[in-house]
Amino acid sequence: MKTLTFTVNGAPTQVDVEEHDYLAEVLRNRLGLTGTKIGCNEAECGICTVLVNGTPVVACIYPALRAEGASVETIEGLAQGDKLHPLQEAFVEGGAPQCGYCIPGIIMTAKGLIDTNPDPSDHDIKVALKDTLCRCAGYSFITHAIQSAAKQLRDGEPQDHLPSLPETVAPLNVIGRPFPRPDARLKVTGKALYSDDFAFPGMLHARTLRAKYPHARILKIDTSRAKALPGVHAVLTADDIPGEKNHGLVIQDWPALAVDKVRYIGDPVAIVAADTRDIASAALALIEVDYEVLPVVSDPVKAHEPGAPLVMESGNLLKHIKVRRGDVAQGFAEADLILEETFHTPTYEHAFLEPECSIGRIAEDGRYEIIVGSQIPYQDRSQVARCLGVPDDQVRIKGALIGGGFGGKEDIAGQVHVALLTRATGRPVKMLYDRHESLIFHPKRHATQITVKIGAKNDGTLTAVETTLYGDSGAYASLGEKVMTRATTHSAGPYEVPNVKADCYAMYTNNPPSGAFRGFGVLQSAFAVESAMDMLAERLGIDAVELRRKNLHRVGSVTNTGQTLRESVGLEKCLELVSAEVTKRKETTQPASKNKRRAWGLAVGYKNTGLGGGAPDKSSAEVELYADGTVQVRTSAAEIGQGLVGVVAMCAAEELGLKYEDVRVLLSDTDLTPDGGPTTASRQTFVTGNAARMAARTLRNAIEATLSELYDQPPQNIRFEEGLARVNGHSLPMSEVAQIFTRQGLQPKATYEYWAPKTQPLGTGGDMHFAFSYAAQAAEVEVDLDTGEVKVLQMVAAHDIGRAINPLALQGQIEGGMVMGLGHAMTEEFIVEDGIVFTDVLARYKMPSIKHAPPITSFIVEDAASTGPYGAKGVGEIASIPTLAAISNAVYNACGVRLHKLPVDQDSLLRALKSGKRTG
Amino acid sequence: MPLWEHYHRPSTVDQAIDNLAQYAGRARVLAGGTDLLLEMQQGRTAPVTAVVDITQISEIKTIEEADGYILIGAGVTHTAITHATLLAQKATCLVESCGVIGGPQVRNVATLGGNVAHALPAGDGTLSLIALDAEAEVAGPKGREWRPIGSLYVGPGKSALDHAAELIVRFRLKPHTAGEGSAFKRIMRPQGVALPILGLGAWVRVAGGVVEAARIALGPAGPRPLRAGQAEAFLVGKAFSRDLLPALAEHVLAEARLRTSPHRATAEYRTELILPLLARAVPLAVQRATTGHVTPEGIGEG
Repeated sequence: MKTLTFTVNGAPTQVDVEEHDYLAEVLRNRLGLTGTKIGCNEAECGICTVLVNGTPVVACIYPALRAEGASVETIEGLAQGDKLHPLQEAFVEGGAPQCGYCIPGIIMTAKGLIDTNPDPSDHDIKVALKDTLCRCAGYSFITHAIQSAAKQLRDGEPQDHLPSLPETVAPLNVIGRPFPRPDARLKVTGKALYSDDFAFPGMLHARTLRAKYPHARILKIDTSRAKALPGVHAVLTADDIPGEKNHGLVIQDWPALAVDKVRYIGDPVAIVAADTRDIASAALALIEVDYEVLPVVSDPVKAHEPGAPLVMESGNLLKHIKVRRGDVAQGFAEADLILEETFHTPTYEHAFLEPECSIGRIAEDGRYEIIVGSQIPYQDRSQVARCLGVPDDQVRIKGALIGGGFGGKEDIAGQVHVALLTRATGRPVKMLYDRHESLIFHPKRHATQITVKIGAKNDGTLTAVETTLYGDSGAYASLGEKVMTRATTHSAGPYEVPNVKADCYAMYTNNPPSGAFRGFGVLQSAFAVESAMDMLAERLGIDAVELRRKNLHRVGSVTNTGQTLRESVGLEKCLELVSAEVTKRKETTQPASKNKRRAWGLAVGYKNTGLGGGAPDKSSAEVELYADGTVQVRTSAAEIGQGLVGVVAMCAAEELGLKYEDVRVLLSDTDLTPDGGPTTASRQTFVTGNAARMAARTLRNAIEATLSELYDQPPQNIRFEEGLARVNGHSLPMSEVAQIFTRQGLQPKATYEYWAPKTQPLGTGGDMHFAFSYAAQAAEVEVDLDTGEVKVLQMVAAHDIGRAINPLALQGQIEGGMVMGLGHAMTEEFIVEDGIVFTDVLARYKMPSIKHAPPITSFIVEDAASTGPYGAKGVGEIASIPTLAAISNAVYNACGVRLHKLPVDQDSLLRALKSGKRTG
Repeated sequence: MPLWEHYHRPSTVDQAIDNLAQYAGRARVLAGGTDLLLEMQQGRTAPVTAVVDITQISEIKTIEEADGYILIGAGVTHTAITHATLLAQKATCLVESCGVIGGPQVRNVATLGGNVAHALPAGDGTLSLIALDAEAEVAGPKGREWRPIGSLYVGPGKSALDHAAELIVRFRLKPHTAGEGSAFKRIMRPQGVALPILGLGAWVRVAGGVVEAARIALGPAGPRPLRAGQAEAFLVGKAFSRDLLPALAEHVLAEARLRTSPHRATAEYRTELILPLLARAVPLAVQRATTGHVTPEGIGEG
């Protein structure tokens, strides 16, 4: 230990540190300044940025002792008491924070910029923030907020920090207005608590020993040397699990700790709890495992061949999914032109910036308590309870804030393991995955091979579509079957096709599992079918927009699963808006310089809202009025950056005539909040929005009943507005209403279990889904004919999401989704070779940074869904779906090379250009 | 696991050499650390007992012009180099190459000495130092000596320096004078491993439109950064025009050893890039040499 003497946020500070400590660890763990977040520990994501003597540095690899004598500024030092720094204020009001995990680092990087450059250009901001990543990709909001704050500092006058937003329909009292997120203030001050920000007295630190091989039989595990290491409190293997050995969201096939064999490189073999993380790491090295190495299958097509190595004893086929409509043989016979193309998409990584972290402890009442940022708290509870062999009510899941999820925080990560270690030690236990571990362990987006065969008449009428899909589901089922079902049902695009045949093979392999990821299989099939549609248009000599217009889903269309669309199909409007805007922009576009080509490309997409396919889809919410006149809404639905807290608050405020600020929201505590179901399938605004709305309405009805009796007025004479109940000339503050309830021995609260409209299983016809969102997107790209380099210059989009509840949060989701789609098209690829993960550090997974984010022109189409809250449908996923094909179609239009696999590879693109090949 | 037990922060070069000597090979020089610390974390370097942080040594943190040389301390950060007006005018390609390394936070701590000590054949800063024919002053137990920059490279990631005993103190190079100019360009591939796939530094002396002298450094084009001597010889004595570029590219290709590196680039692709890269850098260097007008390009846009 050495004493580090330095200044932190203006305060002289002395702290004892280990000589090998890094500044981020000292700030977080020794000084309790947990506002500085760690995303990668490899100087890659930039979110741990602090200022040292005014200069932005990444604290994760800044040796702590180098800060001796220095002045360090962190996010905690910005606000003066309750008064936010203009940057913080502009970020809150300008809608910049989404999940919020990157925000402290972004703000500190921005502060470093405007302290030295008070009037930065947008270019200066891009240069300064180039390596400070935001996976929610609110880059245009971040840029706007920095500009707005800089102006406020220069002029010394308050600014309106709200960015310009797309036009939406006239708002109600609350619904339809752009509000900052209720949690934004916590996120910009560093006070927002994510799992790793919690600590308990006596807490142990846990680590996991993972498989050495992607496929091997375990012959022997010897933990004796690890157990003997001083500071180690428990070393557990599968034998130590008292209850079920497996977990799994649909099929329980995933061993919490490997039994007999390992099926992928991230499989957990043993877990250790020790006094420190370093001791736990040292203990892992002392665990001896004897393996018999088995042959590996790492490709879903090969996994389906006879004689392939078996990942599961029952066979490698997780599910054969079929969609049938009409007679494709007949349809192809009627076609004037038939086109068949095969496309590949790679594995993609969520790269949420907050790595997985769980804390387990025995609560004061003797039950297990797990703190975790999870997308499905109630299923976490039952999965933990099953492995412990205890009833569900012996486990309480307490949700922490979630630093990005995107589907990647639905499966069990450390929840079960900290529970087991807590049980073994009686002590609180924290298990934090480092970035390397997060990358190799958690389920990804399925790599796919998709063959599309389309038949069409000369006039463009589609006669048949046949698709064959292979999905790499990896070593365990996770949500693989559901994801690939969605890929399959959407594989003919949002088009009316009389004859459809789709076959999908979701395969087990020895790769990391694949599961839920924003878009849920539909990104992959949309890339395939929307690329094929452009190829078809060219072959037919029909304009690509016209071809789509001719065939697209409208009210009255029947989908390939036999569902008649009765309402809320805004696709045609989306297409019209985007194609008109592109036409306009083409007139003003600057021509490219010599040896560069520019062109636009377009694609459309659709995505179901809700689970569908016959799954019961429900959410519950509880609304309670407090004596101070404020209301709390409680539900177990996850806020993963999408803005659910605000949506729920707005629904309750609207129904009760309250101000938005007077509604508080408590999420994801299985003791205190009723089940909202999984945060997946773009469903929470719809189901939990409805639950909150109906719970608030139920409470309103109860208040009306009470007041109508008290004032002898019919209920319809009671109005709720501006935080008051108005009855016959009386204006009662809600606080007084609460007191009336209390005096009468009534509880001013209501719970509502909302059931979404019933859906039908695939293959049975009828409504497979209760709503769909739609989008059309276009991208302008520039291809450098000398180097193959591709840039996306700008994008135009229109999304039909039923109703904009909060236009500010909505636009954040749209732009963020599009930038993620852009990343998938342009830079991202999670590389696995023979089951060995090559992309095992963040430096090998390039997600879009602010420099990749193009200007986006966005239109909102509000074709209301009658059962949605105020007409709303889901938005979380649709925004990424058309992007991949829009970009690859643009690349083709620019240089004549058709991309059959993503991401765009400038190396093969240039070689294709030079060799005159038309495919890359 | 702890990567080291002892952390030293000497304030002179001699102290640093003493600190290193104390551990008899079990210590390592630490500058900015943006490469080294990651390599240590990821187990790609031998374990050490101590690190010797040299960033507090004031002698290695200055940029000056003296005795016909520009002297740049090895501990100068990439950010400081990109902000130095002296270097923008008189060592332009160095500013351009240091301006595209990493992101701003990395450039704020990463040093030029660290870039050279890391010995990557495509180190951006390195390529420019080679194009500028720089020398490095190396301090060790036996004192100090000036060595040609190219001699510090043994193989990919392998430096001739003994990191457990020696450190680079500073670099020296001849400033651009009238009729001289330089430029650095590189091409990235943003997919997969986002490392530069080819970088090129060019320096020329031009009189009356005729190239009098030229240096072209290229990487990765072999195990060590390449000086394209044959291409340089081709240029010298010729009146420069863009028409020379295809032939120049042929000369570069004749001596470059371009290879396929998985997840980065194929040899065929790198071959295709030689001409566009020369076309971006060489005419720019010539134009700067001819006009004397210099505005570094691409700073912060890497």
